[in-house]
Amino acid sequence: MTTPILDIRNLRVSYDANVPHCAVNGVSLQVFPGEVVALVGESGSGKTSIAQAVIGVLQGNGRVDGGAILLNGTDITRWSQKRLDAVRGAVVSLIPQDPTGSLNPVMTIGAQVREILTVHGKARGKAADRRVIELLTKVGLSQPEVRARQYPHELSGGMKQRVLIAIAIALEPALIIADEPTSALDVTVQKRILDLIDELRWEFGTAVLFVTHDLGVAADRSSRLIVLKGGEIQEEGATADILVAPQSAYTQRLLADAPSLSAPARIVRRSRAGETPLVAVENLIKDFALPDGGVQRAVDGVSFGIDPGTTHAIVGESGSGKTTTIRAVAGFERPTSGRILIDGLDARTLKGETLRQFRRKVQLVYQNPLASLDPRQSVFSIIEEPLLNFAPVARDERARRVAAILDRVGLTQATLARRPHALSGGQRQRIAIARALILEPKLVILDEAVSALDVTVQAQILSLLAELQADLGLTYLFVSHDLAVVRQIADSVSVMHEGRQVDHGSVEAVFERPTSAYTRDLIEAIPGRRRQSQGARPNPSETAEGYPA
Amino acid sequence: MTSFDILDRRSVPASAAAPSSVARFRVWRGVSPSLVLAWLVLATVLLWAMAPGLFTAYNPVEGVPGGQLKAPSAAHLLGTDSLGRDLFSRIVHGSVHSLTGALAAVGVGLLAGTTIGILAGSVGGWIDDLLMRLVDVLLSIPTLLVSLSIIILLGFGTFNSAIAVGATAIAGFARLTRSEVVRVRRSDYVEAAFGSGGSFVKVLWRHILPNSLTSVVAFTALQFGWALLQISTLGFLGYGAPPPTPEWGLLIAEGRNYLATAWWLTAAPGLIVVIVVLSANRISQSFGRAGS
Repeated sequence: MTTPILDIRNLRVSYDANVPHCAVNGVSLQVFPGEVVALVGESGSGKTSIAQAVIGVLQGNGRVDGGAILLNGTDITRWSQKRLDAVRGAVVSLIPQDPTGSLNPVMTIGAQVREILTVHGKARGKAADRRVIELLTKVGLSQPEVRARQYPHELSGGMKQRVLIAIAIALEPALIIADEPTSALDVTVQKRILDLIDELRWEFGTAVLFVTHDLGVAADRSSRLIVLKGGEIQEEGATADILVAPQSAYTQRLLADAPSLSAPARIVRRSRAGETPLVAVENLIKDFALPDGGVQRAVDGVSFGIDPGTTHAIVGESGSGKTTTIRAVAGFERPTSGRILIDGLDARTLKGETLRQFRRKVQLVYQNPLASLDPRQSVFSIIEEPLLNFAPVARDERARRVAAILDRVGLTQATLARRPHALSGGQRQRIAIARALILEPKLVILDEAVSALDVTVQAQILSLLAELQADLGLTYLFVSHDLAVVRQIADSVSVMHEGRQVDHGSVEAVFERPTSAYTRDLIEAIPGRRRQSQGARPNPSETAEGYPA
Repeated sequence: MTSFDILDRRSVPASAAAPSSVARFRVWRGVSPSLVLAWLVLATVLLWAMAPGLFTAYNPVEGVPGGQLKAPSAAHLLGTDSLGRDLFSRIVHGSVHSLTGALAAVGVGLLAGTTIGILAGSVGGWIDDLLMRLVDVLLSIPTLLVSLSIIILLGFGTFNSAIAVGATAIAGFARLTRSEVVRVRRSDYVEAAFGSGGSFVKVLWRHILPNSLTSVVAFTALQFGWALLQISTLGFLGYGAPPPTPEWGLLIAEGRNYLATAWWLTAAPGLIVVIVVLSANRISQSFGRAGS
């Protein structure tokens, strides 16, 4: 029996707020040398609080109420910050979530990697410089000598995360805590970073406590899985066992809701050949002027059509031009050239009053529901507002329609008087959908509309969208970076990469016979695929081939 | 400009959600004594302005013969000046001049400044550029020079000096309002409002104005104190209300000649100005916090 590297016993963490809030309530877990333990939970489950408590960086109003944290058999729960400094980085280190906020913007990355070596007295002078280059090479940064002299803003998100990993492994700690290390990154970058963590783990035999909200990632990368909810452990066990036969009801729901793990839900594909498409985009091009006088082509020759009553998805990573494309379709951006026909109206030529009338037909739902709802308005005035913009509707009639649409999106009438900040993320997105639907539009554009939501809430919103489409005959243009979600709800799909449309067609065709290498990479990078393609036993050292139909 | 620093710090959390009812209750319970004191000072000065007769029986402009330059005593709380006029009575009666002057000045600045700011921030384009460069020009000239030039053009007097001070406040209001409007204008909910068919005026009225004016309200209270100071400065330099009006700045100027023998003639009105300005700043600060 080996001693666990990390042994958490009955840990309780709470935060002082207006009402004291207990974030972690009696959690016990162990991490043994060389294993990857995934701590999975939705927002508010206490997973980050556990990670922060282990390395003693709880936020100002948080404190450990009880329990013990044993690192290599030593209780560090009551240690002072000064004593913890000797342990942090050397025995246990952290890969933080936000690569941009975690690097010092005024120091070169070489100096930042060097810092951890000199602070712990492991190397100085020339030796430290050599070690920095070694580390940067190890985490797979090209031209490490050049990179070491660059500042964080000169690197991409994935490169910054590599630098943070270099800092985390610099002293070859026994345990690495990875707190959502890839949630801010694109899916192909995410895969490369996760592969890197895997490799380093093999090389050094480091244990990893992997904190994530993404069951797909956890399924691929961990040997043991701990499911958290409301600060308590719901289920714990070998990853393969839990994925095959989850015991607790919560885990079952979580698994069913994870789009990357559940089988494609849509069975009936609607093909309406012969009908005129509701939306026709032809050779759309959009250039942006750069401050230096040059021109950046954000969208380069995109064409697609959407049949009425179907869902078309645009998939791409950040900077692929997908947002610019849909903003042009919604009439917020004027394309440089190309044609956008929506229900017979050309979105390019619209102005003033006709543009306003056009917007009745096309509604946009934003990624962040809190930012897209006026914080000063009540839910009732938010949903009512579009009605006030067109032909006058009597007050009673407005109230009736608002109540009806609220019912449609599955909210109680009690929410009408509340303000957006008093609602949950899922409720807010439902309100944003209600506002979009009250004008009875033909086309609803959903810009990453479920990306910011927890997986169970995401599943609820997706099924709401499907239901609304079936009942009201809506047409969706769905923008997402998440291929798993797209496979679940879309009929046809466009894959965008660096402004160009690299793949286009029905979802089956694109997913099963991708024509471009980029699409294949994207499909390859969907977390959770290893489990699906290899049956019950995940094996992190192998890569899956082929894609399940 | 220190007033900008204060606002910068405050405008950061101003974008956060409004306090819940629980938080509001806590704010009420946790009211600081300094804030209560500040409101008390302002209430007293307001009462002086509205009903000076309640506080003093002496005539502010007619002196008592033989009673010149008396030290503070039970009969004359703050002593008398060179013409035998009761100083306390002059301060009480003078409050109406100083306060209305400051209010009018802030009113001018608020009205013109926010209009410019809203226009520049919401319309954008060349109108924005033009208006903001004008504001830059206004900011680049020393405020006292601007005020004095305007007074020389308009002539002396309480009201004219208020306009002169107000003109120098326009730039600050315009800058602040524009930055707030631009911030709100870029937010998703404003675009969503346009997206649901809102016309420019409707969106401006429903979303942009309510969400951008919180900081402006706080700035107004801050500017009130500053305007009071400027009005007093102009009075002190002799560009404000003509004697024998008991305007506070003028009181300080008149007492200056007797600084060696009757120091209270300058100290008392000077202290009053300081206290009222500090109170206005304290109240402005509380507006900013409540707004965030």
